[in-house]
Amino acid sequence: MGHSYSESKAIANKTIIILGIITIFEVCFALLGKGYLVHGFHMPHWLIGGVMIILSLVKAYLIIYEFMHMKYEVPDLVKTVLLPVILLVWAIIAFSMEGNYWQNRRAIEGKIEVPGNR
Amino acid sequence: MATDTLIHKEEEVSNWDGGGEPFKASYGKLMMWYFLLSDTFTFAGFLIAYGSLIFSMPTWPVPDFVFSTLPGGFHHKPLIFVTIMTFVLLASSYTMVRAVQEGQQSNKGGVVRWMLLTIVGGAMFLGCQAWEWNTLIAGEHMTVTTNPFGTHLHNGEYLEGDGRDIKAGDKFKAGTTYLIHKDDGVWNQLEYKITEGELAGETRKLDFGPKAFGALFFFITGFHGFHVLSGVAFLLIIMLNAAAGMYEKRNNKYEMVEKIGLYWHFVDLVWVFVFLLFYLL
Repeated sequence: MGHSYSESKAIANKTIIILGIITIFEVCFALLGKGYLVHGFHMPHWLIGGVMIILSLVKAYLIIYEFMHMKYEVPDLVKTVLLPVILLVWAIIAFSMEGNYWQNRRAIEGKIEVPGNR
Repeated sequence: MATDTLIHKEEEVSNWDGGGEPFKASYGKLMMWYFLLSDTFTFAGFLIAYGSLIFSMPTWPVPDFVFSTLPGGFHHKPLIFVTIMTFVLLASSYTMVRAVQEGQQSNKGGVVRWMLLTIVGGAMFLGCQAWEWNTLIAGEHMTVTTNPFGTHLHNGEYLEGDGRDIKAGDKFKAGTTYLIHKDDGVWNQLEYKITEGELAGETRKLDFGPKAFGALFFFITGFHGFHVLSGVAFLLIIMLNAAAGMYEKRNNKYEMVEKIGLYWHFVDLVWVFVFLLFYLL
């Protein structure tokens, strides 16, 4: 691994502080974007969503690579664990799009009311 | 010189012929990683169901309305409580990292101390989750099959009040979430009038929200909470074993602590994504 005891402690301290700051920023950004901090101020949903997802991926990277020590593992081990997760990302996106298609079909067939902005 | 290059060459070729560790990780650690990968697939199954259902519904309860209470009787404080829960779990991940680092120094006292802090963090998280569930089940009467949180499809005006936040004549916009209260065992589905669009003038009663909301919320947070609970149980056992000197004898830098540490960080990681998908988006 190559890190001394004090070096390892310093890395852990730095990582948890960054994780804390990202979390606070995420929550403040979400509250601001939904109009809770500045009355009447609204951000488009895709912007809030995009920022949230990117920040959560950064947090995931820090937890997996530093806290779980993935950064210091043999590269082939890293690949056998992380590459299958890409399949899951694909599945979640594909099924969300599928769900949206169900809604559109129900709306076309008149079975449900759909809000005007969809 | 010749022997140097020979040794160097042997190290480059990892041993897949048996009796070695091609990934330079012990059997136990490697299998923990693959267990966590399989658990990721299980959680992803739930999240895939969540994704497909949420996009198939015309409306969905807005999380900052549903989750806006704090212990002590506070209302209208969106997302604060779940943020506290996130910090508790992140802090317990940090204490777990410190426990593993103490283990690498073979420092028994340090391992036990930091593991104890991790257990306290996990228990606090479980307490918070239990409070959240109690508020939803006993306070707001949400169950796996009943969801009193709905979202308006049209702009409108309430024709009656509910004795709490809503008064007769209050206007609302499409996209706002409401809660149907249960008073004396009877659901109080308020009457309202649609004020804009094709259906203007129509009178309706507040309808229950998508049933799937309750089921998904309780199953996903419940499944995660079950992982936190089993994690706390295992942490307790391993901490007691460490205190009794069991891992000192093995002389492997407290690898058992490292393995349960991987499980604990996984639990934290799942929460990062549950927090994102259920509360922030």
